[in-house]
Order: sequence, then C-alpha cells, then structure tokens
Amino acid sequence: MPRTNTIILIVVLMVFAFAVCALIYPLFDREEMRLGLDLQGGIHMVYQADLSEVEPGTEAEAISGAMAVIEQRINVFGVTEPVIQKQGGDRILVELPGVSEAEKAKALIGETTLLEFRELLEGEDGEPEWVPVVGTVAGKEKVLNSGYFQENTYVATDDFGGVLLIFEWNDEGSELSEQITERLIGKPLGIFLSGEPLLGEDGQPIAPFVRSVITTRGQIEGLSLKEATELSQLLNAGRIPVPLTPIYEQTVSPILGADFVDMSLKAGLIGVILVMLFMIVYYRLPGVLASLALIFYGAVVLAIFKLWPVTLTLAGIGGFVLSIGMAVDANVLIFERMKEEFRAGRALGAAIETGFSRAWTAIRDSNVTTIIVCIILIWLGSSIVESAPVTGFAVTLLIGVLVSMFSAIVVTRTLLRLFVRTPLAPKTGLFSPFSGRK
Amino acid sequence: MMFNIAGKRFLFLLASEVIILVGIIALVVFGLQPGIEFSSGSLLTVGFEQEVEQKALEQELANLGYDNVIIQRTGGGDFFIRTPELTAQSKDALETALSARFGSLTEREFNSVSPMVAAETAHNAAIAVAVAAVGILLYITWAFRRMPRPFHYGTCGVIALVHDVVVVLGIFSILSAVLGWEINLMFITGVLAVIGYSINNTVVVFDRIRENLTKGISPDFEVVVNASLVQTLSRSLNTSLTTLFVVLALLLFVGASIQNFAVVLLIGIAVGTYSSLCIAPTLLIVWDKKEWGRFLRPTRASG
Repeated sequence: MPRTNTIILIVVLMVFAFAVCALIYPLFDREEMRLGLDLQGGIHMVYQADLSEVEPGTEAEAISGAMAVIEQRINVFGVTEPVIQKQGGDRILVELPGVSEAEKAKALIGETTLLEFRELLEGEDGEPEWVPVVGTVAGKEKVLNSGYFQENTYVATDDFGGVLLIFEWNDEGSELSEQITERLIGKPLGIFLSGEPLLGEDGQPIAPFVRSVITTRGQIEGLSLKEATELSQLLNAGRIPVPLTPIYEQTVSPILGADFVDMSLKAGLIGVILVMLFMIVYYRLPGVLASLALIFYGAVVLAIFKLWPVTLTLAGIGGFVLSIGMAVDANVLIFERMKEEFRAGRALGAAIETGFSRAWTAIRDSNVTTIIVCIILIWLGSSIVESAPVTGFAVTLLIGVLVSMFSAIVVTRTLLRLFVRTPLAPKTGLFSPFSGRK
Repeated sequence: MMFNIAGKRFLFLLASEVIILVGIIALVVFGLQPGIEFSSGSLLTVGFEQEVEQKALEQELANLGYDNVIIQRTGGGDFFIRTPELTAQSKDALETALSARFGSLTEREFNSVSPMVAAETAHNAAIAVAVAAVGILLYITWAFRRMPRPFHYGTCGVIALVHDVVVVLGIFSILSAVLGWEINLMFITGVLAVIGYSINNTVVVFDRIRENLTKGISPDFEVVVNASLVQTLSRSLNTSLTTLFVVLALLLFVGASIQNFAVVLLIGIAVGTYSSLCIAPTLLIVWDKKEWGRFLRPTRASG
C-alpha cells in the first residue's frame, strides 16, 4: 500500500511536470494558447447561401466551390490562419484573425462577382446615377461584370510606366461587351468593386470613356501596382457560384481582446489565491494539500487547453475561473466527511479512508449533473450560429469538472495518505478544526 | 448546536413563494429586454478621441434617421450603440457621419445578427434549458432508484432549479428595467451554469439523505432530512463561498463583457445554495407527509 502511494505520487508529479513544460515550451508544435476571436481581435462572419438557383443534387459542390473561392480571396490579403467552415447544409462560417487586413478581405468575401460595370443614366430625381449596364445574350438580360472574365488576368505596365490590369472576356462576356461598348462609345463606363466605385492611385473613381468596341480583351488603367496585383489575384480566383448573404457578424478590435486576456488572467489569479487562503484558514493542513492539488489542477487544465487545443474565448475563461471555485468542491466534501469521522473517534488514517469512500457517491452524482449540463450546452453551441461563447464555456467547464474529480480523488488523497506516515501526523492541531470543536 | 431547517419548512417555502411571486410580477411588468442575439439587430461599440455627451450622440443619431437606437455608456467611456441590423454600407455611412460630427472614432466591437439567426438562437436556447431540466430529472430519478419513490427526488430537485431560474429572471427583469441590461447569450450560458450548480448542491444533500435512510438513523423522514441538512451545511456554504470568490473576481476584473454572466452566477449561486438547503429537501418532506394542503395555505399553517 505505501509503495502504491509513492508510485502514484511519482506519476502525479510527472504529469504535473509535463503540464508545466507544455505550458512553458512549445510542445507538439503548440507555441501558444489558441485564443478565440473575441480575445485576439478579428472578424467572425456567417453567410447564408441561396441555393434556390442551384441544380438539385449539386448543393454541396456549390458550397465547397464558394468556400474555395473565399479561401483564395482571403489568401490574397495575407490574413493569417483564417477559418472557413461549412455550417449546416447552406451556411459558411469565416473567421479572420487580426483586423486591418481582415476588414479589407471581409468586404470582398461574400461578393459573388467583384467588378461590375455601370453607365451614367438620369435617375428618378433628375440627377445622373450609375446604373449597372445590361446587355442581352440568348434572349436573357445580363449585367456586365467580372463574372465573364477569363481567370487569366494579369498586370502589365504601358510604355509610360502606367499600371495596366489586363483581362479577357469569355464567350458570353465578349458578346455582352460588344453590344454594350458599341452602345456606349464616347460615354463613360464606371467600374465598381463590390458596390463602391473602384478608386485609382490618385483617389479618383476609375471611369474611362469608351473609345472603341471591345470584344475580346480589355484593360483597367490607373490602379497602383499593389492594388492591381491584388485585384488580379482576386479576379483569377473566379466567381462565387451562389449568392451569399451575411447573417451574423462579429468584429472585435485586437486592443480590446488584449485587455480581456489581461483582465481575466488577473481575475483567475485573484480567484485562486482567495480560494487557497480560504481553504488553508478553514481546513489547515488538508487545506494546504488541497491548494497543492489546486495548483496541479490549474496546470493540467491549462496544459490540456493548450495541447488539445481548446480555443479560449472570454466565456471559456469564465468557465475555467468558475471551475476553479467548483474544483475545490470535491475536496470540501471529502474534508467535511473526514472531519465527521475524526469526531466520531476514528484514527486519522481511518478517518481519511472513510472520508474519501463516503464522499465518493456525492462527488460522482453531483458532477454527473454538471456534466449533463455541459453536454447540453455543447449541443446548443453546435446548433446555433454564434456558437463560440456557449461552446467555449461548456468545453472548459467540462474539462475542469473531469480534471477536478481526478485531482481531488487521486492527488489530495495520495498526499494525505503519505502525510499520515510522517512524524507530523500525530499533531492533530494541524487538522484543526477537525479536532477543535468536538 | 442543531439547526432545525426541516421544522421551519413552511416558513422557507412561504418566503420562496413570496420571492417567486415578486419575480413573476417583475417579469410580467418589466419583461426581459432581449439583446440582438435573440431579437436581431446590430451592436456597435465605439470610442471617441474627444469627450462626447450621450445626449449629443443620441441627437446626432436621430438626425441621421436612427430613431430606435439604444445608447449606453460603458465604464471605459465607450458607447454601445444598438440599431436595427446594419449592412456593411450603412455601418460605414454611420461611422463616417459620426466621425464628421464628433471627431475620429475607433470601432471597438461590432456585432450584427439577422432575424433568422436570432429566432433560431432563441428557439434553441429555450430547448437547451428545457432539455437540461428533463435530463437532470431523469438522472436523479435514476441515481436514487433504490430509494422509495425515486421520482420525488428528481422532481424536487427540478422544482428547486426552476425556483432558482425564476428568481434570477425576476431580478434580471428589474435590472433590465432600471439599468437597461439586456438578455444575451452569456446570460443563457450563465443560467445553464446556475442550473448545473444548483442541482449539484441539491444532489449532495439528497445523497446524504440517501445514506442516512439506508443507515436507518430514524423512522421519521423529517428527522432524517434535517440531520442530512445539518451534516452537509458547512460543505454547502464553503463550496458556495469559494465559488462566489472566483465569480466576484470575474465581475470586478473583467467587467462589462462578462457582466451578465457574472451577475447571473452571483445571484444564482446565492439562490441555488438557499434552494438546495431550504427548498428541495423540505419539499421532499412535504411530499412524503402529503402536506400539500398546508403548503398551499402556509400562512394559516405556520400561525
């Protein structure tokens, strides 16, 4: 029996050492905790795809096609570690960490086509207004846009060093373009990027006058080299096969996120210190052992978060901090039981063993109910769009509950058992109020 | 020292009846203010470089045609601006107009929820709370299957839990009427955490009743229940205290974003501790002794 305890203690110490190493060093390529968007700043979007125009049976392909185009568009802006996921059958979730580049990327993610050509017509109020230009192909009215570009646009410079974005029309586009440029000769053709006028390097909208009929290839002048290159890459990514509407959006600035991390670290630390103080003052030596178990608990839980990895959101940290308070519950249950056994006249060793075995059913049943709630929360998180806070909370609380059962039952018990065999054990004052109030 | 909680059961039940009644009245009168997650719309958090008066901001938003906006100042001097759902274009227009009027601004946070998503969320959150209650009822009934009338334990546990949820909702409806607090997803998460916490406490007490019944410490159920309550009292209070410590730390140091969650827990832990000591076990006695008549007319009974 004593040997078993020593072995358990060694295993516990090894687990603890491993957890601490995992937290300090980048084990298994995990450099840092994975933070949710609300903590590191970034954009979280959910799009609803309109599949009504898609041929039945090919919905999944349309969605994955849209996701592929979105991914290429995001890559153009160099957003690090974007997440693009399918949600349900007809929704796409996009997460972009960081903000400045992400803002730019976001504007273009959901657009089916990027560039739209417009002409200047007199609006209802008599003012000239840019209106999408329309042509007729095979008896159908169609708007001229970059959806008819071939995906081989490139950037070139003219003889004077000006930047050109060169594109080629596909068959349908060339038919449309021929009709439209013929009609608009001598008039301006506005170019719009996702609903806004495309601005040149000089900050002015790019709206060239049509000089000749364009059938096969065209060029856009006036962009800066960087913009022209980005736009060309975006255009070559192709068009998104289904219309997407944003149905949920969350943007958090990175500064705010950093504040949250600092503040919740502080809250967690102060919470832990308060809990430890309370346990030590109230339970004396067992309280000290429970505090050691709590340190073990904290290190192991954080290591699991890092290695799994669990994406930490603000709610997730809330779940973790809450679980610290509840983690000592198993200890409290056991110590109270030990106290009773001690009062009933049992020897210390016997009191510890009975205390643990009697407290077990309460620990088990009460934790199972918490686990049930966690599982339901995880279900809720998986069934709704803004899943991050709910799932984050449930996962951290669940991990917390499981680890706390282990730390109370194995770690605290082993420490107590080992303690009983030391010369200090007869000093029952250390266990006051076990012995104090009889 | 021996507390007689079980003997004063009608006093506790009466107190809870009054609190629940007040809670329900508050809910009916004030209602709950659903946040954008449940009712759709946009929430924009902005900080201005210059000092901006809330009145001036309200005026400017009204001038821009946003009549139904709710503006709240945060602790850090930022503003929450809640509007109907904004598109990317209308948000840009709004920010441009505001910075033209009040000088440069920083967008701290933006959150926008469409009506479809809001309806789904509200629906699923309601299902989650209901399923949690049923799941707990079933588990406790199963865990106490060897006891006479295991169903009583499950039902009383769930009644205590509903009690806690009603009290939390009632207090929140008052808070939302007075301080304009909204019910968001963090709130629902908090409510579910309270459900888990409250039932956790109740189960510890029930577990002790189970043990003492098996030991046969007294033929009188009331004596058994009261002994179990007294035996678990210091555990219940200690665990509540340690949990309250960490929740308070969360509330004080993390602040606005997690405020809903922390306040729900604060209320919930206090009420949950009370109900698991004074409501769930005393209801077991009332049910066991078939005292429902007295329970419904507690004033006469205790007089």
